[in-house]
Amino acid sequence: MSGVARRDLLRGGGLVVLFALAGTGVGQEGGTSGGGEGTGAPPEVAPELPGSLAEFPHLDAWIRIAPDGAATVFTGKAELGQGIGMALLQIAADELDLPLERVSLVTADTARTPDEGITSGSQSLQNSGTAIANAAANVRYLLAERAAQLFRVAAQTLTTTNGIVRARDGRQASYGELAASLSLHVEARPDVRRKRVDARDHIGRDRPRRDIPPKLTGAAAYVQDMRMPGMLHARVIRGPAEGTRLTAPDFDAIARLPGIAQVVRVGDFAAMLGPREWPLVQAMLAVGRVPWARDDTPLPQGDLREAIRNLPTEPEVILARDAVTLPAVRRITARYDRPYLMHGAIGPSCAVALWKDGAMTVWTHSQGVYPLRSALAELLDLPLERIRCIHREGAGCYGHNGADDVAADAALAARAVPGRPVKLTWTREQEHGWEPLGPAMVTELSAALDANGHIAEWTHAVWSNTHSTRPSQAGDLLAGLEVGRGFAPSPPRAIPQPNGGGDRNAIPLYTLPRATITNMFVPQMPVRVSALRGLGAHMNVFAIESMIDELAMAAGGDPVAFRLRHLSDPRAIAVIRTLADRFGWARQKSERWRGQGFAFARYKNSGAYCAVAIDLRVEPETGKTTVLRADAAVDAGETVSPDGLRNQIEGGIVQSISWTAHEEVRFDTARRTAFDWSSYPILRFDAAPQRMAVHVIDRPGQPFLGAGEASQGPAAAAFANALARATRQRLRSMPLNAERIRIALDGFGTR
Amino acid sequence: MPVEGPLRRRWPRILALIAVAVLTVLAIFALWAREPVIAAIGRPDPASFDPRQVALGASLARIGNCASCHSVPGGRVYAGGTPIQTPFGTIHGSNITPDPETGIGQWSYEAFARSMREGLGRDGSHLYPAFPYDRLRHTSNADLRALYAFLMTRDAVRAEPPANSLIPPLGWRPVLAGWKLLALPRTAPQGPQPQLGALWERGRYLGEGLAHCASCHSPRGLLQQELRERAYEGGWSDGWYAPPLDATSPAVREWTAERLDAYLRTGLSTAHAAAAGPMGPVAHNLARAPEDDVRALATYYAWTMRDARAARSEPVLPDRGTVAARAHPSGAALFRGACAACHEPGAPMMVAGRPDLRLGSPLHDDNPRNAVQVILQGLEPPVEPHGPYMPAYADTLTDKQIAEVTAYMRARWGSGPDWGNLVEAVADARAENGE
Amino acid sequence: MIELTINGTRHRIDGDPAEPLLYVLRDDLGLYAAKFGCGLGQCGSCTVLVDGKPAQSCITPIAALEDRVVMTIEGLGSARTPGPVQQAFIDEQAAQCGYCIPGMIARAEALLRADPRPSEAAMRDAMRPSLCRCGTHMRILRAVRRAAVAMGGGIVDPAEPVS
Ligand code: FES
Ligand code: FES
Repeated sequence: MSGVARRDLLRGGGLVVLFALAGTGVGQEGGTSGGGEGTGAPPEVAPELPGSLAEFPHLDAWIRIAPDGAATVFTGKAELGQGIGMALLQIAADELDLPLERVSLVTADTARTPDEGITSGSQSLQNSGTAIANAAANVRYLLAERAAQLFRVAAQTLTTTNGIVRARDGRQASYGELAASLSLHVEARPDVRRKRVDARDHIGRDRPRRDIPPKLTGAAAYVQDMRMPGMLHARVIRGPAEGTRLTAPDFDAIARLPGIAQVVRVGDFAAMLGPREWPLVQAMLAVGRVPWARDDTPLPQGDLREAIRNLPTEPEVILARDAVTLPAVRRITARYDRPYLMHGAIGPSCAVALWKDGAMTVWTHSQGVYPLRSALAELLDLPLERIRCIHREGAGCYGHNGADDVAADAALAARAVPGRPVKLTWTREQEHGWEPLGPAMVTELSAALDANGHIAEWTHAVWSNTHSTRPSQAGDLLAGLEVGRGFAPSPPRAIPQPNGGGDRNAIPLYTLPRATITNMFVPQMPVRVSALRGLGAHMNVFAIESMIDELAMAAGGDPVAFRLRHLSDPRAIAVIRTLADRFGWARQKSERWRGQGFAFARYKNSGAYCAVAIDLRVEPETGKTTVLRADAAVDAGETVSPDGLRNQIEGGIVQSISWTAHEEVRFDTARRTAFDWSSYPILRFDAAPQRMAVHVIDRPGQPFLGAGEASQGPAAAAFANALARATRQRLRSMPLNAERIRIALDGFGTR
Repeated sequence: MPVEGPLRRRWPRILALIAVAVLTVLAIFALWAREPVIAAIGRPDPASFDPRQVALGASLARIGNCASCHSVPGGRVYAGGTPIQTPFGTIHGSNITPDPETGIGQWSYEAFARSMREGLGRDGSHLYPAFPYDRLRHTSNADLRALYAFLMTRDAVRAEPPANSLIPPLGWRPVLAGWKLLALPRTAPQGPQPQLGALWERGRYLGEGLAHCASCHSPRGLLQQELRERAYEGGWSDGWYAPPLDATSPAVREWTAERLDAYLRTGLSTAHAAAAGPMGPVAHNLARAPEDDVRALATYYAWTMRDARAARSEPVLPDRGTVAARAHPSGAALFRGACAACHEPGAPMMVAGRPDLRLGSPLHDDNPRNAVQVILQGLEPPVEPHGPYMPAYADTLTDKQIAEVTAYMRARWGSGPDWGNLVEAVADARAENGE
Repeated sequence: MIELTINGTRHRIDGDPAEPLLYVLRDDLGLYAAKFGCGLGQCGSCTVLVDGKPAQSCITPIAALEDRVVMTIEGLGSARTPGPVQQAFIDEQAAQCGYCIPGMIARAEALLRADPRPSEAAMRDAMRPSLCRCGTHMRILRAVRRAAVAMGGGIVDPAEPVS
């Protein structure tokens, strides 16, 4: 086992008497922990510390050691199905030198965990993982330090194993004993060394996720599964979709329906409560018979992408380079766009709320329990201390879906029945009808090659609404707009670079001596939108990597070689080379109606590097595509869990193929017409790739780089590029579905 | 019982005599039935076809719904293999890609045209009438040429369809010559009516010929021949009922040309229902056909149904919920738990504008087959990707339960008398579905 | 009064015979494996086994279940002693959020009972009614293949060969 950090790294650290979590304010632009989505975490108080330690430098905010020596680790991040829980445990166990089973984890809970803002932007390992790793190293160091005092030996002569500190002479002390006489309410020091890479037991190794066996055998794992004594079920009463309202609901009649205990009304907000769910389900049919109307201006006719493209913008140039280049000899100008997409969690949004003794507790699958608490405080007119938001898992949400709205719905309903927990579940149709959508986007690119086949010029403009309307105040919640207290939504804002919102990943990693990249931020929102996994990266990488392929073809070269020619970052090059090699790129041959595509991006230009290659076949008569193979290579810095990382990348690729090739929210002028899985179909098993492999490049000792959103952009572009090779037709408008492909091919029986 | 003594010794000779006699008759018959081979050609160069002709052929192939019988789901289109159930056994759609060995790569245009008109393979063998040459024969030379050009420019896919399994002696193709002699319809289809306009005429031409709508929507005789004099009185296809397209149409909402056009191109008429069963692929293909041609078909079939009851006046559609529940209490309970979430008034699907159950013809047909089939098999969006989806209940509900819920729905929203023994009807449908 | 046999235990349910099994499982019997996803029979997260075949419990009224045998995945094994299909899913770590997985397991179990040695196409076809938003499809298929092998059946064509 590794020794303790060197003595000479020691610096004084004073003990502070009170345990307190600093910083409860919520800033619109927030710190780094917000994943760059606008409503972030508290300000940094110790900028010299890594990860979220910068905001919460005290060790006991992260780690506590019980008298029996077991450790509890606290994270402000939430388990969303990305496997973060196990990864954080592995990190903590390794740095603490504790057996994995003696470490447990407490996730996002406003009463217990550090405010790490929102779990998003693939930042959980970057922020929380880094904080916990360093906090754990600090704690182990302090334990050893304490033992050194007791044994009267030098700390560097001690070793730690399995929760025990040992001296060379055989004396030993358990973590439990040592911790009893130690306060962990001290600030972490930046100079405590983490374990040597080769001494790590868990980081970099596959450890089966703890949450999986219970989830697979019927444990109550999700907020949807919660049951409490005296609990009431609830359904919220609304129009069929965002922008609509019921015109004349007869609430008395609804309240008289069998099994309905109560109808709660606050302004225009209404919910019905009952002891069992089934009567509520049936009562929803009565709600459905109430006529509805749209009060807002009608939605624009036709494809809303056009509307987004033509609305007023607040342009911002996010990159301007004008080095002198060789003259352009060949120019390609193209527009790429995507429709509105849905988060489409498989389980509709749900929350449990309990109003008791003047305090509100909400169990929620929100990705941001802290900002949600602020919004609820305003909505319920309560001080922050009287509200506690506890994260419980829901179905994978992939961004800001109905989780926060339903939490508000549940809280309003629960306030009418003091002492009784209320579980409010949206219907499938409410989820489809009301969740904030992933924004539609339009990009216009123009690029030129010089005589040597290098990119001489590059312009990229991206039109999009905001990519985060995550709640920080009451008006950001659906119920907040219904209660009739004049709450208004926060004004939509662009998320600034380097994270970016609509312009996330709009700046390519390629060498571009002359380039202008503009974020055409569109403040006006025809429909409510918010963060969807990867934000603008899906669209921008799709556009950039499609254009790169178009240029490569124009230059008459191999698209992989063309990319490598324009890259200098050695890790980017390594990822591309690895994938090309493992995929057998050089050996691929394009047949009629079959093609291979390649794409690459580094998420946010600061996260994981990911390249994806896709081999697909097209049935020309129907336009149906079959992905024969999809491979990826990824460098996520130090890999905590290789299998967890592969799981994320695999899932990202499949989800991205679903977005890119199958999904589209449609509208009429009154509302979105997608109300269930038949009107918003997503990929089913028959359309999943035939084969997939993910190649992980581990970088032990390097910082963790979030990977949860690394593969969506490259997968989308690799699909488009493969399709272009298979059909010799370039499709630039998503979804690249059978219908669009067939239309593109029709009239060309031969080629 | 074993055959004893001298008789047993005499048997072989008797058998031999019979065999010789039968073989002689068969040989004469086969000689008579034989049709000439058309010489094989090398696969024509795809580039030798005019792209406009190929494009026309593509649209005609969709109107002809060729892909439905000549491809398997998930397989290559036109590579064949689709099992087609007939009362006489299973026939597999042939490979009509230009593969020389397993497809039609060696077929000259003459061989192709002869197959479409006379039901003969290039080698002169008779084709099973599951291939509707009795209708396809009405296609013009120009259109056949376009179809040929289209097919010969597809990818050649090497794929041998599975062998047919037919009851004897139907496996022996010369028999089909006899069938042609006895059963091939001799009545001409609906002829031109110049006063009804060009669109009507186009619809008539396509519908009576290439689109072969009558092949499913008409009753068939003992030999499975289309009863042309009773064309469009309703027929059967793949275990589903193809309702009448004439004055006997059970529809409760008029099939106007507009509604029919929407139905054919999207698989859904909001005044009626979604295309189900074998009609799904038809809509899927027509969605990809020229709009004018689909419009023409709609015009023509709106005309064939011009005297249907809904065309005279659309009835008020009652909801006899209470009465039906009293008559069929268990059906009502099953409906509330299994169907109401989508089909009860007020259900979001209804609010979203999908047609309610009383609008579709299944509850108004004179037989329960389609109501039962859609419950058993569910529904996939006929024209991908968005569209009506219904889960299959074959595994969830028993015959008796499906019968109860069907009886309840008929009583609540249908027209016409009770359907009688529904449990048997469900069992029959399951048997036809090969369960 | 309706008598249900669920995971080998008889239950007497005194309620609305129209009530779909899903709500009875979750609200009355404390069996949470089957999940509410849509209530429309479109997503498969509520899938259980009825007489060994997959059934979407959100659209299966309890009135339909008298004299029939219901098995939820609680009946296939526990976290300590998972059944073979559950074990295969654990071995493949075939879950992200995991919400859809109980339904997937029920469907896989039914498939392997009916067809212990499924082809790839049969497998995908059988799983088709179930949706997963996390894109766990590749792992789910791997888990089904692994279960087929572990249960003694096997697989016909593990994956399409790539040139
Ligand atoms: S919840 Fe039953 S199929 Fe979706
Ligand atoms: S694992 Fe999340 S929905 Fe399937």
